[in-house]
Amino acid sequence: MRMPITIIAAASALALAAPLHAKTIDVAAGEGAQTRLQEALILAEPGDTVQLGAGRFLLTDGLSLDVNGVTLRGAGMDASVLDFTGQKGAGEGLLVTSDEVTLRDFAVENTRGDGIKSKGADNVVYYRIRVTWTGGPKETNGAYGIYPVSSTGVLVDGCKVSGASDAGIYVGQSKAITVRYNYVEQSVAGIEIENSRDALVTGNLVTRNTGGILVFDLPNLPVMGGGNTRIADNLVIANDTPNFAPKGNIVAGVPRGTGVMIMANELIDVTGNTLVANPTGQVMVVAYPKPFTDKTYNPLPRGVWIVNNTYVGGGDDPQLPGGDQLKAAFGGALPPVLWDGLGEAPLASGGDDARALSLNLPAQGAGAELARPAPLTLARAMPQIVPVAPGASVPRPPKPGAPSALDARARP
Amino acid sequence: MRAIAAALLLSAAVLAAKPAPRQVNDTAVMAASFPQTLAEFGFFTDDAGTRPAAGVTPYRLQTPLWSDGAEKSRYLYVPRGKQARAQGDGLLDLPVGSALIKHFAFAGKLIETRVLLHRADGWVALPYVWDAGQTGAKLALAGRRIDLVTPAGQAISYGVPNKNQCKDCHNLAGITMPIGPKAYNLSAQWLGSFAKAGRLDKVPQVSRRIPLWEDRASAPVAAAARGYLDANCAHCHNPQGAASNSGLYLGWLEQDPLALGMNKRPVAAGRGAGSHEFDIVPGDPDSSILVYRFTSTEGGVAMPELGRESRDREAEPVIRAWIAGMR
Repeated sequence: MRMPITIIAAASALALAAPLHAKTIDVAAGEGAQTRLQEALILAEPGDTVQLGAGRFLLTDGLSLDVNGVTLRGAGMDASVLDFTGQKGAGEGLLVTSDEVTLRDFAVENTRGDGIKSKGADNVVYYRIRVTWTGGPKETNGAYGIYPVSSTGVLVDGCKVSGASDAGIYVGQSKAITVRYNYVEQSVAGIEIENSRDALVTGNLVTRNTGGILVFDLPNLPVMGGGNTRIADNLVIANDTPNFAPKGNIVAGVPRGTGVMIMANELIDVTGNTLVANPTGQVMVVAYPKPFTDKTYNPLPRGVWIVNNTYVGGGDDPQLPGGDQLKAAFGGALPPVLWDGLGEAPLASGGDDARALSLNLPAQGAGAELARPAPLTLARAMPQIVPVAPGASVPRPPKPGAPSALDARARP
Repeated sequence: MRAIAAALLLSAAVLAAKPAPRQVNDTAVMAASFPQTLAEFGFFTDDAGTRPAAGVTPYRLQTPLWSDGAEKSRYLYVPRGKQARAQGDGLLDLPVGSALIKHFAFAGKLIETRVLLHRADGWVALPYVWDAGQTGAKLALAGRRIDLVTPAGQAISYGVPNKNQCKDCHNLAGITMPIGPKAYNLSAQWLGSFAKAGRLDKVPQVSRRIPLWEDRASAPVAAAARGYLDANCAHCHNPQGAASNSGLYLGWLEQDPLALGMNKRPVAAGRGAGSHEFDIVPGDPDSSILVYRFTSTEGGVAMPELGRESRDREAEPVIRAWIAGMR
């Protein structure tokens, strides 16, 4: 958020001071839920909890929250359901535009647009939230399930998303992010980190999506230069749902069967993941493929490490131009790592991590017909030795992840 | 902050006269509370909200925001002894204590009135819904759905925004702000008379003015279209607005063709992009996401996201012609 520092200071002071008089506003399901819940979200003051009862809240319009330091809490992700099946207006189910907000223990179903969006909402916590489109994967489903954007400090923990027509969990133009212990299925992208820095994506299960975990950097956006992101210890399994994204979206270009995909970005660590049966490519590292004019944008991947991952199957039904011939040339399955040959070659820890196919594209934006595919053994990832004058501190990027202060709001 | 302001103004509130005022109740404008009825503000001397009180000046925009064909009347209140300040082409700077009042009517019947109040700690937006007898309007903090028929004859579920949705549009860098009036969307004549009346410090220099919407057939199509986009889209689609992350900026003063959408790919449009790849494809309105979303009424696709349940059939040809004429 581009608020003046004085206002931020005042707001945080308010958020910290408020719990002294914090109150709980109970909202039950039933007649007039739209008005009663929205009024509670408007009249809540910093530190307050808006507590949803068990049951199904039938809603006709998007809800919004614009008060700092409020907790919206349900009786459980299967007990308190915000049902937007009858939604008429607004771009999302719930919109949060204030800082230090905690959303926990409720579900959002069948929104027309995105499930829950938080924009310019620093230090937001999503804990045990469920976002579901109950009709399964469909182009007419909303785009994003959980959608924090333009924020510093994001924690998404223990959530479940199913059926998003873009990304189940999408974090955009943000920094200091943790996405952990979530379960995303039947979406086009399971988890997508876009134009963001310092993200930790760990311990998630992403399965039956088109692509499992995507880390993208795109041109012409207010925030660019994505990187310093760690994809660690995730289960990325059988992401084989046909791509059902509307054509104009960047994720519409993600091949069915992608495990982890890094596009552009710098300093990305893919570590300790278990990748099972992703039929196009278990790990893909590529440049932004489209023409662009933005001179400040770097379309190439740089500094990608692929270390200590476990691979089972995969690469056996690649949705790539000439995929069948490639597959035959490699004896029935592509190697675990696919690289388009642009930018810096990924580095690996050896073993399966180092087994790669390079498309050897001649230049950014070149079409697949110019590919000269060839096997490649990735060079070994070694800790970088940075010469430092005696007494000087070693320059280090910040540790990826949300501020640890957010953990206290993500506990049972 | 609300609590502090309340404490400061408590004494004033106690002293304020309770009966329906026939002049503007500055305490209601300024106090930290949400008045339950529109009448409490005293912006109008009659219950039907037709006769503005002293200091409440009607105005019109060259090209307005379209809201399902609602007939709108706009008023600006600047407290006695204070003055609005001109800021070049842009927004008039209204002093603390000012208010903007907008009536929405269908078939001559008032549906809702939205007020924007400039309080000591910032702007506050509140929606009021009129009763069936047109005798008064009550606060509707959580918004409302009202079934009505548009001037085009279409039955819709009209959405009165809730207080937070007011801010979705009236939001600049996270702070509630008026969207207008901007000098470039006001007539020179109105600005002149407002200044002459002493309510505005000077007549602002306007380099290029948005054409009158009624003159769209004779105005250059780009000016008519850009004026419409400014009034209908740019409150979110600007670098500090609710749609800042889209990179699509549709303000009147925007000059970068890419920011205006030409050959620009969508970012987080989701299914709003339909089967299209670019916000605007010069020369090809049918392939442009902007036209696709502007002509849709489906939640999750339709733009603007709020305040449009039906299609603006008068504006659609203008936007299409503008894009069709691009090379």
